[in-house]
Amino acid sequence: MSTGNMNLTLKIWRQKNTKSKGELVDYKVANISPDMSFLEMFDVLNEQLITKGDQPIVFDHDCREGICGMCSMFINGRPHGPKNGITTCQLHMRSFKDGDTITVEPWRAQAFPVIKDLTVDRSAFDRVISAGGFISVNTGNAQDANNLPIPKANADAAFEAAACIGCGACVATCKNASAMLFVSAKVSQLALLPQGQPERYKRVQNMVAQMDAEGFGNCTNTGACEAECPKGISLENIARMNRDYLSAKFVSQEEA
Amino acid sequence: MSTLNSNIPAGELTNKWTKYKSSVPLVNPANKRNLEVIVVGSGLAGASAAATLAEMGYKVKCFCFQDSPRRAHSIAAQGGINAAKNYQNDGDSTYRLFYDTIKGGDYRAREANVHRLAEVSSNIIDQCVAQGVPLAREYGGLLDNRSFGGTQVQRTFYAAGQTGQQLLLGAYSALERQVGMGKVEMFTRHEMLEVVKVDGKARGIIARNLITGELERHFGHAVVLATGGYGNVFYLSTNAMGSNVTAAWKANKQGAFFANPCYTQIHPTCIPVSGDHQSKLTLMSESLRNDGRIWVPKKKDDNRRAVDIPEEERDYYLERRYPAFGNLVPRDVASRAAKERCDAGYGVGASKKAVYLDFTFNTERYGKIEANKNNIQNPDHATIMRLGKEVVKEKYGNLFDMYKQITGEDPYETPMRIYPAVHYTMGGLWVDYNLMTTVPGLYCLGEANFSDHGANRLGASALMQGLADGYFVLPYTIGDYLSKELATKALPLDHPAFVEAENKVKETLDTLINVKGTKSVDYFHKKLGLIMWDNCGMARNEAGLKASIAAIQQLKKDFWSDVLVPGTTDELNTELEKALRVADFIELGELMCIDALNRNESCGGHFREEYQTEEGEALRDDEKYAYVAAWENKGDGEFTLHKEELKFENIKIAQRSYK
Ligand SMILES: Cc1cc2nc3c(=O)[nH]c(=O)nc-3n(C[C@H](O)[C@H](O)[C@H](O)COP(=O)(O)OP(=O)(O)OC[C@H]3O[C@@H](n4cnc5c(N)ncnc54)[C@H](O)[C@@H]3O)c2cc1C
Ligand code: SF4
Ligand code: FES
Repeated sequence: MSTGNMNLTLKIWRQKNTKSKGELVDYKVANISPDMSFLEMFDVLNEQLITKGDQPIVFDHDCREGICGMCSMFINGRPHGPKNGITTCQLHMRSFKDGDTITVEPWRAQAFPVIKDLTVDRSAFDRVISAGGFISVNTGNAQDANNLPIPKANADAAFEAAACIGCGACVATCKNASAMLFVSAKVSQLALLPQGQPERYKRVQNMVAQMDAEGFGNCTNTGACEAECPKGISLENIARMNRDYLSAKFVSQEEA
Repeated sequence: MSTLNSNIPAGELTNKWTKYKSSVPLVNPANKRNLEVIVVGSGLAGASAAATLAEMGYKVKCFCFQDSPRRAHSIAAQGGINAAKNYQNDGDSTYRLFYDTIKGGDYRAREANVHRLAEVSSNIIDQCVAQGVPLAREYGGLLDNRSFGGTQVQRTFYAAGQTGQQLLLGAYSALERQVGMGKVEMFTRHEMLEVVKVDGKARGIIARNLITGELERHFGHAVVLATGGYGNVFYLSTNAMGSNVTAAWKANKQGAFFANPCYTQIHPTCIPVSGDHQSKLTLMSESLRNDGRIWVPKKKDDNRRAVDIPEEERDYYLERRYPAFGNLVPRDVASRAAKERCDAGYGVGASKKAVYLDFTFNTERYGKIEANKNNIQNPDHATIMRLGKEVVKEKYGNLFDMYKQITGEDPYETPMRIYPAVHYTMGGLWVDYNLMTTVPGLYCLGEANFSDHGANRLGASALMQGLADGYFVLPYTIGDYLSKELATKALPLDHPAFVEAENKVKETLDTLINVKGTKSVDYFHKKLGLIMWDNCGMARNEAGLKASIAAIQQLKKDFWSDVLVPGTTDELNTELEKALRVADFIELGELMCIDALNRNESCGGHFREEYQTEEGEALRDDEKYAYVAAWENKGDGEFTLHKEELKFENIKIAQRSYK
């Protein structure tokens, strides 16, 4: 039961499982309200499919407020749709108009295999983090927090890098399916903080090695990732990571 | 009815935890390697517990239903986390945090647990900073604080409007570090559907691999549930779409009592419902009440635009009713006050179910301060507002953007429209001082337990509790139990207890798929939500509760005879996942109404219309209801009440006043 007056044609990627071949399937939805979110429009469509006895479209989502990083739709050729700086779940139907045809596909990257329909496997990101995206401090090992003043500018810059939600739009939009923006955001956050220094060079090496092992492509500096990142993660992070990666080679040679 | 033993250590309140820690039995490192612990949940409570247990040497398995532990619902917490650091030198102390929490909870929480929480609060901030969590700082490089409701000190630490995200990413990185070292085995896209018990003790779980649909058996010497809150029983809430009660509910059916299910927190500042399509509600952080003033027009049905209503025709009703705390009264009080104004016909917006949250006043104040700092002489109004907006933007930018995105209105130009929404559940599995449920070996942490917030949680205290439980409490208390389990061998996976539990789950799955009715799962969920919101929401009364119990029983019958779950059980089937959750929500909803009906008093988030003061404030009955109501599930909708008497030895119990 919707309350608006938009009628839309949707071309949606359907794929039964990782092994099967997928295809775009056409659907129609009617009476869509401009106040609905894009995912609420999908709810309407799924309700239609279910009551007809069809299988609903499977897509990832959870918080529906742009912070968990779970939603991941490639809409009309752009990850998270036509607007900048937001996730799929924050997109509202007022960004479309009556009569539009909207194509929705999953993230596509070798390292993100499709599980079903619009759902992909992004566990490669977790493995990159577990290779080094942390500071090795066990619970109970910490000193008083204010014993370590951190200049506000550094703290703010670290926070900006830490805002990454791990959605994978950067990978999805990159023609090489590179994960550099994601990885460099974590590397930068920790490199900008004094707590991150002891493991700084080891960290970048380990994370990059894991990134390569997962099958993400190389970075050729096209910058599409920055443009599509819903959290405005900046390309500067990639530059910083590259510098640290180069330094790491010298540091480890010296240590050896 | 029996009396529950909460196993509170003897001695002075302020020494209990210290003494406990130094006398609790330890497990030596070699033995820890042979002890397996299952942690269900990877939010703040689960991730911190799993990481810490693994650091200590236990073998850990951790589960979550999302595709990554980093996406647990804790990620969405916005405003901040409390700690009694007294960095602001404004008179804060462990005792004051303890006192504020007990009072804020309307004297329905356990003193010993709350004091322990206040004691460890400070370690949490230290730990998080050591992990590289970028909390907000002042220019001097030290940590910044803001104020939250129900207190008169500034003890809330934050990271813009993304505190939960940053804290969770800290715990997640600690967890992933242990995963990388092979000490935690992580199971994502897995849903726990049953607790496995042997000789009365928890010994494992049955989990469903959500991608393949396979049912899996997992053994643990102990099982820890950190599965979050159950606010989605109302269908619409600020919780994530997947948040659910299933793990706790299965535990309840296996003998873990469910405490105070009716204590629900309705958060005063959320974006109002915009139509039938609504799938969730979005919170506007309590921190906004630091700088925003809440008002409605003094005239009924005033349809002018907010900016056209002159100052003297506005009713800042919180400041009027509660001069001492003003806009910073606790959530339950603020929510009821908003409802009262809207019910009386003073609401704003198209639905009239909203009040204004206005930032003009503080934008102007900040603007003047900035102008002074920058030596701008006699700035005009536009300059002041521009400078002020920059300050507001730095503090709340992401929340303002979120509001604009959802409503299409710009909160820098016009006040936000807000209305209360279901946000948090104080009730949960009953646990003793050790955080163990009434099933030996089964623990419960974070929002999923009932322990620390009484009948109303103060803002910024859930993050504190989740991390306290996971980093600093459970890792000690679980030793008490595990030290006695050294001789217990891992249960073979073909043990009859596993087989039986798995068969039970399989039967439920098959039954649901085979109903092949006519209505979607959401249809039933929405119906349940409406019953709960109307009768077990911000205001409750005897007749309404009785009627809803009957209505929910009917809904349960309809659900099991008419639900339509497409697809099969052996594939990724999101409708089946939802159906399992809604089936449990329906049963829980009934228990919430039973609990609300039993509690013939008003306290915190539980407001029974029959019990209020002349000014409309909650009227407690300490003689009869100063107890925790813990419900034993007898099956078939039968519940037995067990009581834990609450003793206040360190705080004088009084009527809460914020005037
Ligand atoms: C929008 C919003 C803002 C908030 N802001 C604040 C704030 O500023 N300050 C504050 O203190 N509190 C805040 N809260 C409350 C706070 O965020 C939560 O209470 C807290 O994060 C809960 O943490 P948790 O670890 O107990 O559970 P969650 O973070 O909800 O984690 C639950 C975990 O359990 C898993 N799980 C659940 N069921 C199963 C199952 N059956 N099988 C397998 N896994 C399962 C999930 O996958 C998840 O990993 C906010 C809440 C909301 C909704
Ligand atoms: S860098 Fe941006 S696009 Fe990439 S995962 Fe992080 S938030 Fe998503
Ligand atoms: S659903 Fe969480 S970011 Fe979109």
